[in-house]
Amino acid sequence: MRTEGASEQTESVSAKAEDASENTEKASMEAKRAPMNTERAPMTTERESMTTEREPMTTERESMKSASRDGAPLLEVDDVVVDYRRGRSTFRALKGVSMTIGAGECVGLVGESGSGKSTLGKAVLGLAEVTSGTIRFAGQDITHLKGAARRRLAADLQVVFQDPYGSLDPTMTVGQILAEPLTATGTSRADARTTVAEMLDHVRLPADTVTRYPSEFSGGQRQRVAIARALVRRPRLIVCDEPVSALDLTTQAAVIDLFIDIQRETGVSYLFVSHDLGVVRRICHRVSVMYQGECVETGPNETVTRNPEHPYTQRLLLASPVADPVRQAERRRSWLQLRAPAASPVA
Amino acid sequence: MTEAVLPPPGDAVQAQRRLWSRFLRRPLGVTALAVFLFVVLVGLFAPLLAPHDPNLVDLGLTQAPPSSEHWMGGDSAGRDIFSRLLYGARTTVYGAAVACLVGVGLGVPAGVAAGYFGGITDRICSWISDGVQSVPGMIVLLIVAAGTGADFTVLMVTVGAFMAPGYYRISRSRALAVRKEPYVDAARVAGLTHTRILHAHMFRAVRAPVIIQSALTAGIAMGMQTGLQFLGVGTASTPDWGQMMNDGFRTMGTHPLILLWPSVALGVTIAALAFMGSTLADLVSVRTEPVPRRRRGARPADETTARTGELAHTVERSVLRIENLRVAYATAHGDKQVVRGVCLDVAPGEVLGIVGESGSGKSQTMFSALDLLPADGRATCDGIWVGGQAVGDLPRAKRHALLGTRIGYVPQEPMSNLDPCYTIGHQLVEPLRAVHGLTKAQARDRAREVLLQVGITDPDRVLASYPHQVSGGMAQRVLIAGAVAGKPDLLVADEPTTALDVTVQAEVLELLRELQQEYRMALVIVTHNFGVVADICDRVAVMKDGRIIESGTVERIFAAPADPYTAELIRASQDDTESRDDLDAAWNETEAEAGRKVHT
Repeated sequence: MRTEGASEQTESVSAKAEDASENTEKASMEAKRAPMNTERAPMTTERESMTTEREPMTTERESMKSASRDGAPLLEVDDVVVDYRRGRSTFRALKGVSMTIGAGECVGLVGESGSGKSTLGKAVLGLAEVTSGTIRFAGQDITHLKGAARRRLAADLQVVFQDPYGSLDPTMTVGQILAEPLTATGTSRADARTTVAEMLDHVRLPADTVTRYPSEFSGGQRQRVAIARALVRRPRLIVCDEPVSALDLTTQAAVIDLFIDIQRETGVSYLFVSHDLGVVRRICHRVSVMYQGECVETGPNETVTRNPEHPYTQRLLLASPVADPVRQAERRRSWLQLRAPAASPVA
Repeated sequence: MTEAVLPPPGDAVQAQRRLWSRFLRRPLGVTALAVFLFVVLVGLFAPLLAPHDPNLVDLGLTQAPPSSEHWMGGDSAGRDIFSRLLYGARTTVYGAAVACLVGVGLGVPAGVAAGYFGGITDRICSWISDGVQSVPGMIVLLIVAAGTGADFTVLMVTVGAFMAPGYYRISRSRALAVRKEPYVDAARVAGLTHTRILHAHMFRAVRAPVIIQSALTAGIAMGMQTGLQFLGVGTASTPDWGQMMNDGFRTMGTHPLILLWPSVALGVTIAALAFMGSTLADLVSVRTEPVPRRRRGARPADETTARTGELAHTVERSVLRIENLRVAYATAHGDKQVVRGVCLDVAPGEVLGIVGESGSGKSQTMFSALDLLPADGRATCDGIWVGGQAVGDLPRAKRHALLGTRIGYVPQEPMSNLDPCYTIGHQLVEPLRAVHGLTKAQARDRAREVLLQVGITDPDRVLASYPHQVSGGMAQRVLIAGAVAGKPDLLVADEPTTALDVTVQAEVLELLRELQQEYRMALVIVTHNFGVVADICDRVAVMKDGRIIESGTVERIFAAPADPYTAELIRASQDDTESRDDLDAAWNETEAEAGRKVHT
């Protein structure tokens, strides 16, 4: 879908932006946004072609972003090691993890607390220091990006956190919260307002939400606001760190369906961190299973969540109770069998 | 999409009543504010208000008593005290304002920067702050006074500098706390610069505590200022309260009124500031409004609630029986009903699940049965029976003894339910001695025994450990051990696995099942997870909005849920839903269909 000329243009634009001063950076960003504001209507009517090939949003959009080689994944994590310093000792949270995420793809990261799954999300976002290994985003090495370069990446790389209560500043209205990432990067107030309204529509919240404070909303609604905030800069990848774990089950289902709808509408990719295989099964295309800082199994959703190969994944699957007395009795029997040889003092 | 529906704006406005209007509803705060504003206005307009020149000496007025011409009489130099008092307010307010501005200007930016950036910035700023605090302020002030010819503004700037560490400390601790909030991480990921994050999030967060601190600092600054003036530091041409007090002090024995007027003025002003500060602090720390006292004692407006749920056993055969339980919480807007007419019972050896989402009243139901409701909650019911004995009529102490011996309780958060200051051994042994009357050695043996029973292989090490030294799963085992140590007839587990990892969760469920079968206990599990119900329960009660909407045997409920909400909850257990592949396949099909329709 991309032409030779377009990718050349991309090269030059991104090269300029690399060593750019504040002005050119702003200019390139405005250029990027300008066509996109008008794009939403055709985008939804042309859904079909978009999803069958799982292409990101639009070609113009792609061309304005920094170059990604054809067929190359959007995110490449290669042998990443992360150490946490605790006083004088260090704790190795990630022991050489590799994974990839394609454009428009959702990759799940499953594991228990302490398995390193959240750390990997933080490393991608630049919130955790990487000891060794590389993280490439759209072909660019972002492992140790700092300062202005990291901020420029924010247009493409966003986050939704677990805690719907702590992740929104209680002193700001929803409108201010959503407009902040835009006005901070030079978007005019009027444009920001239009985008915010559009994003609220995306997450199925009424337009008058902008004048309200986070405390007025339920957990599920706050998580919708957090999703809208991640979307306002039209990113290509959103790191979702346990985004539904704090919600009620019926609310979880609604928010997961929202994530799926948004992916279909915008072509954004997700790195979906969760401890719940059931949630991951519903939303992810591929799943990686983490255990003690290592990735023990990666595969298509259907395989990992139904017929996993690695014993740890099998134990994980059998441990979560299924809402059916007969099948659960069966599952528990298998779980007890699997556990028997280990018979370890667990926990 | 019912979930996205917002409450009507009326409620929202009430919920988000701004600090300011809440302040205005406190009589103490309003009075204090009015007094302070009055002093400020008097100071500002002193030249217009004062009936006489404050420095005009009228020898006939020397130490004169109050008269219609001179309302407060004259001082020992023959000047009009009332006019001097008005001009003095001007000096006092100006001085306090200078001190506060300097304190805020130095302390707040340094504190916020130290808290936000940490590291070397934090260390340097903290050294300076500690240094300033260790210097004796009054002596420095006297030196400054001597060096500058007692320039009043310079003096108050110095006072402000000594106030800065107070501002520094509160700004730093607030910034440290906010720094850890996910929304600051989100702002960083959103590409905001440090300057913007500081401006938008950090300074916003310290605003309220800084205003409160300012009310107190202004009072202290006034005190210090008056003290200096009392000692004779200050310009003679402008009247101030300290000078006036000094004058009055010398003639206190003969003309006490001269001392009284400035003292009252200073006292009232400082008190007003202190009350303003404490009222604001109250409002900031407690976000809910106080419950009107008359509502507390009143009987709840008993809604005409129908009983919900079913009683499956006779009173004699049930370990726990609750009839028509209603729970209400007193709030500023009247009583809020959280449980409405719940009936349930459980027989020996039976496992009952109470299922519902947050806010359904499922935990409140069990809290009432265990007499664990917080102070502002009140339960009324037609009867609660434990082991066939009605507990409602028993005196409090007897009821607690009964609950303590017959019912064991496993809470949701294992870590917050163990006291970090005591060893696990102490926390297991003490209840056994106090409630069950065992000797220390017996209690210790029993504790070791139950720890082995819950699958802990080295009980002695665990008994000697403090809670932070064990994992969450281990802590939950300890709590279960504590709950079953007294061999209760009934074990109540409130979301016992929610805070745990899936694999640990399965272990804990297995453990509960084994213990339940071994002791033939009844078990009540409060949960939101139908998987847990399918795993362990015999009967189940589904709760929504404080009512039991459906109850029955597990087989029946799963096979044919009568209520659509039950069916929805079962369906929402994500483990069993279609996978993304299924969803995408279905979606592509409908889209393709829609596409064909458009094209043809």
